[in-house]
Amino acid sequence: MTQRSITHPFGKKRRLHERVIETILFLFALFSIMITVGIAVILIRESFLFFSTPEVTLVGFFTGKTWQPMIDMFGFLPLLNATITTSVIAMLFAIPLGLFVAIYLAEYATDKVRGRLKPILEVLAGIPTIVYGYFALTFMTPLLRSIFGQETVEIYNTASAGLVIGILVLPMIATMAEDAISAVPKELRLAGLALGGTPIETTFRVVIPAALSGLSATFLLALSRAIGETMIVALAAGAGPNMTFNPFEAAETITGYIVRISGGDVSYNSVDYNSIFALGLVLFIITFTLNLISRKVSSLFYQEYE
Amino acid sequence: MKVMQAAAEESFEFLGKSEAVENQEIITLEDVNIHYGSFHAVKNASLPIYEKQVTAFIGPSGCGKSTVLRSINRMNDMIRGATIDGKVLFHGHDLYAKDVDPVLIRRSIGMVFQKPNPFPKSIYENITWGAKINGFKGDYNELVETSLQKAALWDEVKDKLKENALRLSGGQQQRLCIARTLAVQPEVILMDEPASALDPIATGRIEELILELKKYYTIVIVTHNMGQASRVSDNTAFFMVDEGRTGYLEEYAPTEQLFLNPTHKKTEEYISGKFG
Ligand SMILES: Nc1ncnc2c1ncn2[C@@H]1O[C@H](COP(=O)(O)OP(=O)(O)OP(=O)(O)O)[C@@H](O)[C@H]1O
Ligand SMILES: [Mg+2]
Repeated sequence: MTQRSITHPFGKKRRLHERVIETILFLFALFSIMITVGIAVILIRESFLFFSTPEVTLVGFFTGKTWQPMIDMFGFLPLLNATITTSVIAMLFAIPLGLFVAIYLAEYATDKVRGRLKPILEVLAGIPTIVYGYFALTFMTPLLRSIFGQETVEIYNTASAGLVIGILVLPMIATMAEDAISAVPKELRLAGLALGGTPIETTFRVVIPAALSGLSATFLLALSRAIGETMIVALAAGAGPNMTFNPFEAAETITGYIVRISGGDVSYNSVDYNSIFALGLVLFIITFTLNLISRKVSSLFYQEYE
Repeated sequence: MKVMQAAAEESFEFLGKSEAVENQEIITLEDVNIHYGSFHAVKNASLPIYEKQVTAFIGPSGCGKSTVLRSINRMNDMIRGATIDGKVLFHGHDLYAKDVDPVLIRRSIGMVFQKPNPFPKSIYENITWGAKINGFKGDYNELVETSLQKAALWDEVKDKLKENALRLSGGQQQRLCIARTLAVQPEVILMDEPASALDPIATGRIEELILELKKYYTIVIVTHNMGQASRVSDNTAFFMVDEGRTGYLEEYAPTEQLFLNPTHKKTEEYISGKFG
């Protein structure tokens, strides 16, 4: 009998509806993945152009200590070095501080204090990075120069940029680390206290070790963010490649160089122009890998305490 | 009850040295009232806890058994808004006196929780954690072995001491938590429904263990299991709630007497399963 189609027309219609919405959602998801893939493809293709230029060799690119496109020197180590310097300085500053803020928020702050501090952190995270860039140039650099001396600290330097990147990622570290610490079951704290641990001992010898993988994921993500940070280094770190380990000297990072070249008036087919895609690809691979590891670590962590 | 006059700083010096006298009171609750904020959770609880005996706390849910238990090692301090008045005497010393350090109390009065809560560390480290915090100077290997043996877990784990404790079964985890507590060398062990998350066989093992531990330790156990209370305890405190949901001690007696000849009507109703 056809009774089914008479009594269930509504059911059938709704299913169609859901299918349509599901499909649209899927297409959106697919779209965002395709954009990422598209970016990767463009980077790879343009990088290929760069590496197929006679002046450029793969070995030279990865081992050369001089980056001077004017004289056909394409060793990216100085740029990488500056990126590492600013990122390491940022992490040295932001990880301990962010961790302490997180511990305070998660373990010691009253609900009232936490309720006040968290929105402030979130607002900080929303400030455009160009503002941080000017902050580095007009506040951090003069501060460093007044502490360490005008002769020691150059006007553009990686220390200032690194510290301000640290300030930039601090809220992110603090809030994510707080989530990781809060995810540690309350029972573990009680166990520590019941064994005669002080609250501090319990925090540092039970809670933090238990949250370690979640915290590592946080730090990796922050590192990735620091490596990719652009405006601050473009403004404050310096506008010329410089192979130096002195954080008070000017040195251009990978991102800084990319910004300068793409904003400048080099022609589209020049080696300079193509080089930024190769650098972009390197950056993409580094940050993408860091993010992947971070995600993996973090999902394992939150699984552990479900 | 014997009141010691020693200064509070050295109040735990003599712990463990006092000889086992039949029915010696080690802990005394005197008119204990506990509030959570403005909520009066427990009123006027007074009861003795005898050394090297097992005292059971029974009563319907919400009557304040856990609350009273936590007042004995000052774990209520960790709950915001929890306040207590009255006295909890340990060897005659008020644990709530101004100069008493709650951290030190917890080294003498350990606690085992309802849900096994081993640290996500190795079995070995779970045992040594408390001892390390306490500045234990002796042989850690020995400490681990004796603690696990006392908790009847040694034979099962002796070949995998470096393994993560979370890989043990629930019952093993709970015995590890007991072993971990023993490693701090407490005098008293508080247990809040220690077997309620375990299967009957694991429960049986915990009960046997409690009877064994009683030789060396004073034990206070909260349980919803009447059979368990009657099997393991020497004395039983039966708590009830009044109309305002405030808990109070309805009856306290040697376990046999409380179960066979309860003097209060409510006790009789409760143990015969009429409510709760
Ligand atoms: N942290 C807390 N904050 C506020 N109220 C609490 C808190 N813990 C317990 N209470 C309240 O105090 C009363 C006694 O709780 P308690 O946990 O001591 O009861 P219990 O006898 O152990 O119950 P159960 O058998 O269910 O474990 C209950 O009304 C409970 O809601
Ligand atoms: Mg309870």
